Amino acid sequence: MNVASRSARPASRRLDLAAGRVDLTHGAGGRAMQQLIEEIFRPALDNPFLARGDDQAAFDVSAGRMVMSTDSFVVSPLFFPGGDIGSLAVHGTVNDVAMSGARPLYLSAGFVIEEGFPLAELARIARSMGEAARAAGVAVVTGDTKVVERGKADRLFVNTAGIGVVPAGVEISGDRARPGDAILLSGSMGDHGVAIMAHRAGLEFETTIVSDSAALNGLVADMVAVMTDIHVLRDPTRGGLAATFNEICHQSNVGMRLDEAAIPVKPEVLGACELLGLDPLNVANEGKLIAIVPAEDAARLLAVMRAHPLGRDATVIGEVVADPARFVRMATRIGGERIVDWLAGEQLPRIC
Amino acid sequence: MKHLDEYRDAEMARRLAAAIAREARTDRRYRLMEFCGGHTHAIFRYGIEDLLPSNIEMVHGPGCPVCVLPTGRLDMAIRLARREDVILASYGDMLRVPGSKGQSLLKAKADGADIRMVYSTLDAVKLAEANPGREVIFFAIGFETTTPPTALAIEAAARKGLTNFTVFCNHVLTPSAIAAILEAPAIRELEAVEIDGFLGPAHVSVVIGSQPYEFFAEEYRKPVAISGFEPIDIMQSILMLVRQLNEGRAEVENQYIRAVTRDGNLRAKEAVSRVFELRRDFEWRGLGHIPYSALRLKDEFAAFDAERRFDEPYIPTEGIKACECPAILRGAKKPTDCRLFGRACTPETPLGSCMVSSEGACAAYYTYGRMREAAQ
Repeated sequence: MNVASRSARPASRRLDLAAGRVDLTHGAGGRAMQQLIEEIFRPALDNPFLARGDDQAAFDVSAGRMVMSTDSFVVSPLFFPGGDIGSLAVHGTVNDVAMSGARPLYLSAGFVIEEGFPLAELARIARSMGEAARAAGVAVVTGDTKVVERGKADRLFVNTAGIGVVPAGVEISGDRARPGDAILLSGSMGDHGVAIMAHRAGLEFETTIVSDSAALNGLVADMVAVMTDIHVLRDPTRGGLAATFNEICHQSNVGMRLDEAAIPVKPEVLGACELLGLDPLNVANEGKLIAIVPAEDAARLLAVMRAHPLGRDATVIGEVVADPARFVRMATRIGGERIVDWLAGEQLPRIC
Repeated sequence: MKHLDEYRDAEMARRLAAAIAREARTDRRYRLMEFCGGHTHAIFRYGIEDLLPSNIEMVHGPGCPVCVLPTGRLDMAIRLARREDVILASYGDMLRVPGSKGQSLLKAKADGADIRMVYSTLDAVKLAEANPGREVIFFAIGFETTTPPTALAIEAAARKGLTNFTVFCNHVLTPSAIAAILEAPAIRELEAVEIDGFLGPAHVSVVIGSQPYEFFAEEYRKPVAISGFEPIDIMQSILMLVRQLNEGRAEVENQYIRAVTRDGNLRAKEAVSRVFELRRDFEWRGLGHIPYSALRLKDEFAAFDAERRFDEPYIPTEGIKACECPAILRGAKKPTDCRLFGRACTPETPLGSCMVSSEGACAAYYTYGRMREAAQ
């Protein structure tokens, strides 16, 4: 046994992934941190950029427009039906990049870990992150780890940033909704928020509600491939469909008319919303998008969306109208009318 | 949850709307008060007024527990929360209600007061068990629906021998509030409110039964229809009231027969009477002082009464002068009659309690119905 070769290794023993816990040395920049990266993050996120071990990732860029986005994730609980903070952190940022019509390419990931966090859970989250990234066709090319004292953070926070490339001719933005445009929705509302709230409140339903957390870049690529003139794309996350539509009405200086009966909400989600006192239109989604397009193109785009697994239930739910007051109005199921408003206050903390 | 669809059926709603339009006489007005904030919320959320003829007017009542709590009681809660060693456990909808001098529980929390949001009374008891060195005060508010859980929590705390759990009791009684509205024109200086009939509360009536309303129907000649919370329930109850008024009847009718009986929930009522007794006087926002309109803990549970444990005086406070919450809670004014509505007072920056709670009339108008005002 050669002593020199042993001391050159970053740590003498492997991490105890069964019972070990993160301690302050794992964020101190020394051997322990190196070991955490080598044994947990690098294998899970496995790609040539990370393998080089530099403090940054270098890659070639193509001509044209690039987009960049960032998002922090503080969801509680960390593991929920249909996903965990790792997969959510990939899906969230991939979707924010994709809503410009872009093809997401690279992500960064930053971890703020509370002292005492189980290594097994960290490894599970890293693996889930790697799987989500591979499935979405993106690479986590650079990252950072910090450990804070017990009580200074709640278990684990994750930040991701992403960049992507916009195909030529695509100009998607929240200020491009025009009166007469059709509003398309890719699927059912409220699944993610209700899955988390029900889990947190200890509610059990006959059918388990599962988060819809998913990467939408594949669906967007199919849509952009057949139609470059999509006016607006957006994923209705925090604040739900209501917040998304109000944002767009303000950006584009228009109003909207929706049809409540056309908006898909799963019966078990609706039931849980009744119990929890929530409006499904205010509840977060993590795998759905809305598209606003000229009315004459709606049928063509709808067919493309329905052909994709994440757009099977896509449907037209309303239209953009001229309205200086920028109201989002909705014909109710029983034939009345109401406003769909922003949510006031904080009904659902730490949903993503 | 298929059950819900039956009560939100568009075809059924159309048929009921047609029946109401056919039977409502054109030579009179129907001013119907929905007592309960839950009904107000549903009326706006489903746009029920769009399906009613113009001579049927829904008047919004005071049945919103957050709204009727006077500023002075909220100030007491804030002072309790700011005490060293106190954890104040509260339902979430109280946190943003404005107290005097721009205070709120949310602001006190940001200043460092230990205020925890709980979903149930038993969570507050658990909090006391988990923090033996701290005083846990449960901020109890609400009508007859939330009173039984508070009673059970106090009994549970007594059984467990907890010495650090108390309740700041603000439970109030529905029949007293209805009586106050009906008597207002005769014995008070408040604006007279003409009400032709009442849509009776759903959940409150599940507990107290339909019997307590019989007095109002007889004594004041006002028909009552106890109504469920779904849009079809409400439409059907409106039709029942129109028919009673047309026929000159003033009875208690029960539309919500799938949940309400004449005597209510006896076990819940027993739990309440074991722990609570009538309070001689309680101030309501909008309705003023109403004798025997609220509950306090019985002497045998005095150890669990935050008002007896902590020496916090009740200091009556005037709300913001321009705020019309008091008149709105009596049904004397509509939210849109208030000059603060939608301008200085919105759900993001509420100045009055009716704009905070989702059951408040101002919040319902603003959130679901303000396009009507804009169109006028």
